[in-house]
Amino acid sequence: MKNRNKMPLLAAPYGVWSVAFIVIPLIMILYYGFTSKADGSFTFENIALIAKSDNLKALGLSVVLSLISTVICLLIAYPLALILKALKFKGSSFLIMIIILPMWMNSLLRTIAWQNILENTGILNNILTFFGLPKAHIINTNKAIIIGMVYDFLPFMILPINNVIQKIDDDVINAARDLGANYFQTIIRVILPLSLPGVISGITMVFVPALTTFVISTILGGSKILLIGNVIEQYFQYIYNWNAGSGLSLVLMVFIFISMALVNKYDKEDEVSAAF
Amino acid sequence: MKKFNRSLAFSMAVCLGASTVLTGCGTSVEDNTGEEVEITVSNELKAGENGEVYVFNWGEYIGDGVIEAFEKETGIKVNYMEFTENEDMYPLLASGANNYDVVCPSDYMVDKLIKENLIQPIDKSKITNYGNIDPEYLKSAELFDPGNQYCVPYCWGTVGILYNTSMVDEEITSWNALFDEKYSGQILMMNSLRDAYMIALNLLGYDLNTSNEAELDAATDLLKKQKPLVQAYVVDEVRDKMIGGEAAIGVIYSGEAIYTARENPDLKYVVPDEGSNVWIDGWVIPTNSKNTENAYKWIDFMCRADVALANFNYITYSTPNKAARELITDEDIKNSTVAFPGEDILSRCKAYNYLTPEVEEMYMEKWNSVKSN
Repeated sequence: MKNRNKMPLLAAPYGVWSVAFIVIPLIMILYYGFTSKADGSFTFENIALIAKSDNLKALGLSVVLSLISTVICLLIAYPLALILKALKFKGSSFLIMIIILPMWMNSLLRTIAWQNILENTGILNNILTFFGLPKAHIINTNKAIIIGMVYDFLPFMILPINNVIQKIDDDVINAARDLGANYFQTIIRVILPLSLPGVISGITMVFVPALTTFVISTILGGSKILLIGNVIEQYFQYIYNWNAGSGLSLVLMVFIFISMALVNKYDKEDEVSAAF
Repeated sequence: MKKFNRSLAFSMAVCLGASTVLTGCGTSVEDNTGEEVEITVSNELKAGENGEVYVFNWGEYIGDGVIEAFEKETGIKVNYMEFTENEDMYPLLASGANNYDVVCPSDYMVDKLIKENLIQPIDKSKITNYGNIDPEYLKSAELFDPGNQYCVPYCWGTVGILYNTSMVDEEITSWNALFDEKYSGQILMMNSLRDAYMIALNLLGYDLNTSNEAELDAATDLLKKQKPLVQAYVVDEVRDKMIGGEAAIGVIYSGEAIYTARENPDLKYVVPDEGSNVWIDGWVIPTNSKNTENAYKWIDFMCRADVALANFNYITYSTPNKAARELITDEDIKNSTVAFPGEDILSRCKAYNYLTPEVEEMYMEKWNSVKSN
């Protein structure tokens, strides 16, 4: 009873934080998104801006690029987590630390570093020309943006997947093996379903920032490639149209909600099928 | 708007461990023009004994030791704050939540601030060094500040083409070079909406402050045709990319051209024949300033020849202060047509006016259609 009385008190710091930095900003975005800049009256025109062909194109490209990046991150992170689990050596936490080490550096700097690597006269092309190979034109293309997204967000995929997989009880795996499942059957029938929560939070943590980024496309895309993040940034920064910017942000939020709902739905279905 | 982000270059240098760049922009004692300058301070007052002043300026936009010299001279404590874009500064000033006493916006932003009554007229009799400002630039400033009532010019420059003479055979004199297919993939275009449209509009013979939709559409078509030839749209990065030979032609602000030419002698700056933009950043006093008298003292101090020279040496952007220019000892810089273009060049350059929100939105949507093309 006494403990229960203390609960609200313990939750107070987070409560204050979430009201100040999550609830209030969200309400403001909702307010701006649904009001007209001219006279403050209720309107859907900010939301309707997404239907403009340029904005739709930007949104479509953002979705495609961030999907590709998410898949690549998943293809890198999952096998890595499996290997770390299988190896069971003491240095695995050290290995994880090396993977997340770049995160200690500002992501802007890391992106600029990639610009220096990929440039026409950059490090990569210098190496290629040194070996007499043709130059690679990667900078200022979609490829460069995907590389930047994968590099920047990969740790967000590795960490949750690895955490979940490391926590799977060895007995569960051993039981599967005892019952005649081979290595791949164990992965697909046992480890994969058990690790899904990690995979899902990994997907969300990579897909969402990739979808909304405007820095990576500016730096690695040479500003030649317009993502939806850049469009929103322009509305806020260049014409101070917070209403239009908020309206588009709301559309983006809806997209994020849809993708999370889809992922969660499959998650539940898989849990059910795994139970049988 | 036109200031290269030196702090970014600095962090890049740290990040990449490029030690040579590090000494170049970090701890070096020598100023950017390679000259030393002494600011004369006649008093030894303590900062704060004569009140304070809130200064809101561009980042890296003041000479080393200038603030300290002002504090000693006047006893006014300087609360110095920095912004990186006019667009960042504007909402802070417009909200009225902060009481800045003196701010340094660019031309079109001054125009906007005047129209919105956010800044007050300046009493020139309180600025004893006002005469140091070259009337030539005051004339240019009249386009956005008629009668020079609100703004005291601080730095200025032009927008032009920087090209690498070892990669380009011809002498470039026209914006057409940026649309020439033989330079495909070698062109760095300005990733700043007004500047990009300024180039296209000048090439088409239209006014760079136009709000005529047909003219803007023609400019948009031109920019769309140009896009496949463009290597990247950049602002600050143009400097390092051009020095490193990453591209043959780029659009750059004149203030950077002095620096790039020193780092790579092959780089040549030109203001194209069709005309260009001349930009001016100047001091203004917000309407809600609480320390107006101190703001005047600050502006007056900035207009002093030795102070203006110290600022010029650090910033390397042209100074409108003719007394300061007289003090420059390096003849190459003093007579440089890049730093101080003559009447022939200036007469074909025009300042930006403030555009109404509707026109700004039209520009932005058209620019987005270029980018998403």
